[in-house]
Amino acid sequence: MEDTIAAISTAQGIGAISIIRVSGPKAIEIVSKIFSNHNLKVAPSHTIHYGYIIDNNEKIDEVLVSLMRAPKTFTREDIVEINAHGGINTTNKILELLLVNGCRLAEPGEFTKRAFLNGRIDLTEAEGIIDLINAKTEKSRQMAIAQVRGKASSLIKELRSELAAILANIEVNLNYPEYEDIEEMTTEKIQLKMHDLVLKINKIIQESKNGQLLKNGIKTAIIGRPNVGKSSLLNNLVGEEKAIVTEIQGTTRDTVEASIVVDNIILNLIDTAGIRQTDDLVESLGVERSLKLIDEADLVLLVLNYNEKLTEEDHLILEKLQGKNYITIINKYDLPKVIDDKKLQNTVYISAKENINIDQLKNKIKKLFNLEKIETEDLTYLSSARSLAILKEISKSAGEVLKALELGYSLDMIEIDLKNIWNLLGEIIGENYSDELIDELFSRFCVGK
Amino acid sequence: MEYEIIVVGGGHAGCEAALASARKGHKTLLVTGNIKNIADMPCNPSIGGSAKGIVVREIDALGGEMGRNADKSLLQIKMLNSAKGPAVRALRAQADKITYPKEMLKTLETQANLDILEALVKDVSHQKNKVTGVILEDDTFIKASAVILTTGTYMNADILIGDTRRREGPHGERPSNYLSDNLAKKGFEIKRLKTGTPQRVAKNSIDFSKTKREDGDKDYHTFSFDLKPLYDVNKQEPCYLTYTTKETHEIIQQNLHKSSMYGGIDDIKGIGPRYCPSIEDKVVRFSDKERHQLFLEPESLYYDDVYIQGFSTSMPYEVQEQMVHSLPGLENAKILKYAYAIEYDSIYPTQLKQSLETKLIENLYTAGQINGTSGYEEAAGQGLIAGINAALKLEGKDPLILGRDEAYIGVLIDDLVTKGIRDPYRLLTSRAEYRLLLRHDNADLRLRQYGYEVGLIDEQRYQKFLNKKAKLNELIEEIKNKKVTPADNDFLLKIKTNEIKDGLSLYNLLKRPEVAINDLLDYLDNDYAEEILEQAGIMIKYEGYINKALKEASKMKALENKKIPEDIDYDAMHNLASEAKQKLKEVKPTSLGQALRISGVNPADISILMIYLKRDYHYE
Repeated sequence: MEDTIAAISTAQGIGAISIIRVSGPKAIEIVSKIFSNHNLKVAPSHTIHYGYIIDNNEKIDEVLVSLMRAPKTFTREDIVEINAHGGINTTNKILELLLVNGCRLAEPGEFTKRAFLNGRIDLTEAEGIIDLINAKTEKSRQMAIAQVRGKASSLIKELRSELAAILANIEVNLNYPEYEDIEEMTTEKIQLKMHDLVLKINKIIQESKNGQLLKNGIKTAIIGRPNVGKSSLLNNLVGEEKAIVTEIQGTTRDTVEASIVVDNIILNLIDTAGIRQTDDLVESLGVERSLKLIDEADLVLLVLNYNEKLTEEDHLILEKLQGKNYITIINKYDLPKVIDDKKLQNTVYISAKENINIDQLKNKIKKLFNLEKIETEDLTYLSSARSLAILKEISKSAGEVLKALELGYSLDMIEIDLKNIWNLLGEIIGENYSDELIDELFSRFCVGK
Repeated sequence: MEYEIIVVGGGHAGCEAALASARKGHKTLLVTGNIKNIADMPCNPSIGGSAKGIVVREIDALGGEMGRNADKSLLQIKMLNSAKGPAVRALRAQADKITYPKEMLKTLETQANLDILEALVKDVSHQKNKVTGVILEDDTFIKASAVILTTGTYMNADILIGDTRRREGPHGERPSNYLSDNLAKKGFEIKRLKTGTPQRVAKNSIDFSKTKREDGDKDYHTFSFDLKPLYDVNKQEPCYLTYTTKETHEIIQQNLHKSSMYGGIDDIKGIGPRYCPSIEDKVVRFSDKERHQLFLEPESLYYDDVYIQGFSTSMPYEVQEQMVHSLPGLENAKILKYAYAIEYDSIYPTQLKQSLETKLIENLYTAGQINGTSGYEEAAGQGLIAGINAALKLEGKDPLILGRDEAYIGVLIDDLVTKGIRDPYRLLTSRAEYRLLLRHDNADLRLRQYGYEVGLIDEQRYQKFLNKKAKLNELIEEIKNKKVTPADNDFLLKIKTNEIKDGLSLYNLLKRPEVAINDLLDYLDNDYAEEILEQAGIMIKYEGYINKALKEASKMKALENKKIPEDIDYDAMHNLASEAKQKLKEVKPTSLGQALRISGVNPADISILMIYLKRDYHYE
């Protein structure tokens, strides 16, 4: 068991808490790389540590980390468990960080398999584990197949095939140097291709993130002073779509309280208390609370009244909103205008009560997340943390290729990284066939005695 | 008559196998259809090339003969890809088709423990699936403990030209008419393959002024790690480059139906190599190409034949005449030998173990084209390994199995026995996962130790190798310990690299792409041979990439070290996917690493396999 594996070991969902489990010889080392508490490496076994998961100085989540040193663990290897705060995006992000830092995503049933192979579990349980692996493999295979349909996958296929052409060209240059007719692959061509690849991969990463938003929901805050019509807006959005409003129990800090579906897009509303309470409770949504919500949300819907002046509070909030995804909703459009809207941005004028311009609002939300092009039926993004981690690795590798080209390394060295990228692309779409490149070579080039 | 080891076939595989066995002290017999054709080069007059040239170096490092023999018969030699990175450099030589076999025969004839017999073998005899000897076509029985089949293209060989099919081997030699049928009766799966060879034309009938001259390198090279160069760089034979013309393509298009491969003969079963397409194939498949390159290569100093590389065909004679005469410089060329295709029987190589012993019959080994490969070098590499392993088997020792990270020969054999073949197999650099480790320059560092351990490298050659290794370490240490300081900035500017503010070790200086090891000679106390400087330069400059490859290789090694017992019962593993089960039963991989390389076996199958191994075979 040379490698260190990681997986989310709680059910995926909007639970109170999620656990990411890491097992293997480098478990402690890898977690230490992304954990703010530096005592982990030297800490005694079976202890719990408080701190933050950090990505390039950015705090991702506040967590508790359980440290269990081999051999008294489930797998008889070093195990580190990260207890994080529920949300799917956060949990995936932590897993992704672990994968980027050297973990391999655990195969289905792999922790149990290791427990068994290391003698932790009785031999009679073996059959059960095999069934488990079989079942889960089949399921994940189906999931993988479902995932790789669509635009992202055809884009990856295209990139992979373009790369194959370059690789075959380099190979034919190396293996048949005497063929002067065959064009030599050049540094410039590879540079061009790499820039293009990085651009496209980054686009897929971006869209996949939006895709994840689509799949998992957009953390949305509806804010605004009392009496601006937040609840009627909510009711309008809910009512017209006949969407289900779910109450989720056991929430902690990460307070997603209800999900509504608007044109197939899930909006996870945070802090609905402020909306649901009758608007005459003046303290219900103080400005401080609004500012905090702006920090937490992926999308802020600021509701203002068409027939009222902007207050000092509103200005404070507008300032805070700079750089965030937000929409300024000017409600009560059917009443006489009082508001000074000259400096307002991202505006949409509606009347929640009279049902005016609600479609405009919805389109605006979609546009904000580039979701208008994403069809929910045809998945056009890569949804798994694993795929995203691979895409990031590809992006990194491409950077290395560009650097090595600049340093003047020869193409046969460069090709090692190019081949790696090609393999990684194949991994995402589940295509890896060892003689593929050789087939490519002989189908593209005319060589031989 | 009685021998310990009998080698059937005197081609490149057979020669290496026989020499390895005899050199290891076993009484050996080489049976060949025609002694005059020993180590014959029936196709191209060259040895080496990309990847193949490295195989020749590996053969030499292990104590085989091909490299030395090629060095004795050079007409021309070059280092391919010398302007590219070190991992893809390889030697390619034009070898004299008279001298090469003559030198090899001399070596065989003077080798102790080795007899040569001119005869054709009809069958391999065995008792309870263990070899007992061979039966000749005249029914003579020769007893042996181990037999190595290196039959090349001779089993049920058919020569195809135009619409004719004749049962004969290369040069009109007698084919082996019974052996493959008898192997099939024993249960071997036989596969029909096909290859071809181009025309030979008379040198004095070619107008070379219409072609482009291609010379050998100006510096000396040897395949062998031990021999000094035996040729004069200034007296190498040139090759020439010419092209097909529009007219050539028209002649081919008009006569396609007459080519054996394109309908002349309708019962061709043999599968031809993708990397050596016939000129018909090239013209049809790459119809947008206006011309194809052809190389005119000298075959020998002792006769006049020039080989037209790239022009292999199975057109009838009269069409070949027209085709050849449509080539610039060959308008009046006299054809001495017409091109032909040859169809022959091979055995499907997944029926072999990694040692090249057959799974069906103990102590029976096969090597070379019979295993579905093509190329002299691929054959010789296998022959050497089969010879070594047959001998080791009789000595009661473990076989020599080279890893994919240790040798191209290892890649070649593992590919054959694990993946099988579709068309004749040629080595390419792309087949190796860790080609940066499998370099021309370090073949001795990779393999000479093995050569010594199996007894093919004598004390003297081994000492020379150890000295080289010591010297190399000394040089690397020196480079690590010496520094340049800002006082050396003038020197740095002179070698066109950036100045420094602090001290910098020569080691780190050398890592700069623009700095070559030869720039640093003034800073070294000791003198080092050119090959040692080159080696150290590569090891230091490409350390990052080499370490990456080593890391990847060690991952593979870990799985490779997880052995699968021979008596494993895949049928009892009812959870295993049926495709995986079938493939595993066919290939019988010896390790989890090998199992994973079988197409149709995926990581989940390996997981399941591991659990069964642990449960039922108390496997650690």
